[in-house]
Amino acid sequence: MMKIHKNWFKKSSQEIAHITKDPVLLLFILAIFSSLIIFIVYPLYKVIVVSVFSKGQFSFGILKEVISNWYFRQGLYNSILMGVLTSVFGTGIGFLFAFTLARTDIPLKKIFHLVAIIPIISPPFIGAMAIIMLFGNNGLITSTLLGIRNFRIYGFRGLLFAQVITFFPVAYITLRGVLESISPTLEDAAFDLGGSRWKVFQKVTLPLAIPGIASAILVLFVETLADFGNPLILAGSKFPILSVQAYLQITGMYDLPRGAALALILLVPSISVYFLQKYWVARKKYVTVTGKPTASSLKVVSPAVKWILFGLCILLTAIILLIYITILWGAFAKVWGFDNSLTTKHFQYVFSVGFKAVTDTLLIAATSTPLAGILGMIIAFLVVRKKFPGKNIMEFTSMLSFAVPGTVIGIGYILGFNSPPLVLTGTFLILILNFIFRYIPVGIQSGVAILRQVDPSIEEAAIDLGADSQYTFKRITLPLMIPAFFSGLIYSFVRAMTAISAAIFLVSAKWNLMTVQIMSQVESGRLGAASAFSVILVAIILLAILLIRAILTLFYGSFKGTMLKI
Amino acid sequence: MSVKLVNISKIFKDHEDIQKKVIAVDNVNLEIKEGEMVTLLGPSGCGKTTTLRIISGFETPSAGEIWISGKMVNNIPPNKRDTSMVFQSYAIFPHLSVAQNIGFGLELKGWKRKDIKVEVKKIMAIMDFLELYSRRPDQLSGGQQQRVALARAIINKPSVLLFDEPLSNLDAKLRIQMRIEIRRIQKAFGITSIYVTHDQEEAMTVSDRIVIMNDGKIMQVATPFNIYSYPANDFVADFIGRVNFISTKIKEINEKGCVVAFGNGQKEIQLRYGNFQTGDKVTLIVRPESIKMTCCKEDKIYPMKGKVDKVVYLGPTIEYEIEVDSIDRKINAVIYNPIEAGFFHEGDLVNIDFNPSAAHILPAQD
Repeated sequence: MMKIHKNWFKKSSQEIAHITKDPVLLLFILAIFSSLIIFIVYPLYKVIVVSVFSKGQFSFGILKEVISNWYFRQGLYNSILMGVLTSVFGTGIGFLFAFTLARTDIPLKKIFHLVAIIPIISPPFIGAMAIIMLFGNNGLITSTLLGIRNFRIYGFRGLLFAQVITFFPVAYITLRGVLESISPTLEDAAFDLGGSRWKVFQKVTLPLAIPGIASAILVLFVETLADFGNPLILAGSKFPILSVQAYLQITGMYDLPRGAALALILLVPSISVYFLQKYWVARKKYVTVTGKPTASSLKVVSPAVKWILFGLCILLTAIILLIYITILWGAFAKVWGFDNSLTTKHFQYVFSVGFKAVTDTLLIAATSTPLAGILGMIIAFLVVRKKFPGKNIMEFTSMLSFAVPGTVIGIGYILGFNSPPLVLTGTFLILILNFIFRYIPVGIQSGVAILRQVDPSIEEAAIDLGADSQYTFKRITLPLMIPAFFSGLIYSFVRAMTAISAAIFLVSAKWNLMTVQIMSQVESGRLGAASAFSVILVAIILLAILLIRAILTLFYGSFKGTMLKI
Repeated sequence: MSVKLVNISKIFKDHEDIQKKVIAVDNVNLEIKEGEMVTLLGPSGCGKTTTLRIISGFETPSAGEIWISGKMVNNIPPNKRDTSMVFQSYAIFPHLSVAQNIGFGLELKGWKRKDIKVEVKKIMAIMDFLELYSRRPDQLSGGQQQRVALARAIINKPSVLLFDEPLSNLDAKLRIQMRIEIRRIQKAFGITSIYVTHDQEEAMTVSDRIVIMNDGKIMQVATPFNIYSYPANDFVADFIGRVNFISTKIKEINEKGCVVAFGNGQKEIQLRYGNFQTGDKVTLIVRPESIKMTCCKEDKIYPMKGKVDKVVYLGPTIEYEIEVDSIDRKINAVIYNPIEAGFFHEGDLVNIDFNPSAAHILPAQD
């Protein structure tokens, strides 16, 4: 032990000596460390402190009380149940979709892919809204078409349906990548050696995809556990969900310690499963691509199975389209369920009464995402290219907000920044800061990925020709990271526009968000206005994506290829 | 513009265990004259690239001094050091045009845009690829990228030009073309150059002198001719080309050299390195192409007789492995122009001889 410590110390002191020679670098590192501590670690610390200290005394009283409460225990149980089921079903459907698209030559592939992407770029509670509009008391299907009154969609069934539809695309994207990286020649080889199609799938395709499947299940579990929008709309009081309970304790009962304790209970499974995924499962991925990429011969699926899979894809696509058509129709329907004739009054309402939320959301998302992107790129650069003590801690801390449920972070922010030294509640700044630190991991991930592809000798060449490290970063490294920066930007912009779980704690009369507006419209039963807001929100996101893409191809299209290849 | 390395060592620490050390460069001393092109040649892991990176400043030596143009440069960072490197991967900036890549060093020196343009065009004209001026890197072939990398390094007029295995990413034909081109340009500009490669032929073609390295140490520094003909030790002899090692003894030392036993006869061979005494065990070094094979004629006494064991026909040459009674190792022979020289077949009895001036003597290694 002593020896290890001594070596660690020796290594660190050498690294410190090295970075003190570059004061600008040192300044950056210190600034990033302190901001990570203030805006990620400190709020989490506050959540823990408030739950285990009562009246200045350390005690597990509140935690004990919360755990012994039947209703909260039920909430924990339900949350975990929902997480497990959603992750299993979502991954199953995602795998089905990914496998069909990666391994068969069915028609409409592009359309299937697009439809599977839509839920990712729309607010996560759109599914829940559409389900109420379709199957609720005044639902199009239950009430209008079938004439069923009092159909119970609230609770377990409805929520599970909404969660699976919301989160299966995440599994689809992951697994499509996994399946495409498995060389089809391996399947061809097994087939050639005499395996039946089913055996080939069972013995080759599936085992190679297992790490990816495990990873998708765990990611979906964390995301479902953290999800807030769908349960708030659909769970109902008889099916308590932890994230919603924590929110209600704080906004309904003004009971901060209890809310914090619930958040803490939510944090534990989320964080453990996240790190299980990141440090164990994600490392077990097989790398099977060797030599030239080979085109799939698509023989692994028999024609009959192919058309069954095609049918399932059609069904799933139809469900997703139904959801979005419902929202679109709802936005133009006079009174949903009673009078479905068309009107523009909901849009008029949004553009008059609710327009501030639209501009606020745009302003906040447009300000925070580039900042998150730049910070993410800088951290990625430091982590990949520089040596300094605490490098791993920096990476770990900055990735933490991927693992922490938004509800927990939101509660942490109101606990942390409601009193001196930093009073930020109700301000524009608290929303910006929250968004920046929640979405830096996106930038870091894409930055790290691209930097690992860029040959370090490109930077060395610049230094060799006389450039100092700042000039090299500015003129060489940064331009090379621009495509990654923009693709990260698209993703974090979408997340910022559709965020609700943390933001709902931080909005105020002065600064409001569209997602929070949609929620309150749903809660007060104005589904038309909620739909109109949602349509505008999705339209803004689509426009932004097209705009960023256009800028990218305009300025970088001509050599984008090389930049990504190297 | 000379380069001098004095007692340079580089010790890398193991990432996992700091106590563990890897000696990459071991007490290297080397002097490179102005305008000279010197190649560091050796097997992978011999420390040649580390030595080059020490000269460029990307690695700091654990001990020793680096002198460039009479100045000690140990504490000068790579961007202030007057060296330019041609990287193995070329390291062309993918987001800049060919012209911007080549002009990068001048841009850093604060040159005016139009002056940079003139200078870039000038160098591209000398190097004969002006037509690529407005291309982008992704529109270049491997050989063209190589030219851009070289032009980018030369335009700065560095005191020392460094090449880190610059041709290893090119196909065989282009490699042969480019090494001649590199040598031509280096001579035209007269820049002191250090060239790292593991390709012997490349080293022979481009260098004024070759430095053979192994395990971080310099094995020999000499001209290509001397490296090949008079290797300083077994490693060099074996590493460069192919060689026959024939163990023998010194019978006599005279003013011309020495007399060694060779089969049934003896040979008078010049001594080039080392102190030898009568009776010393030595290794006689003869290259396969210096071996002469003739048909066994009973009436003439030949120093060595053998039986052909293996024949490999390669077109321009034919290679034989010959079993010789008095030697434990087989003798390799390469015969050029076999149609003129005549063919032998497996099992043929042959006589073996060589010209004494093509042989070289090293102390025996046990």
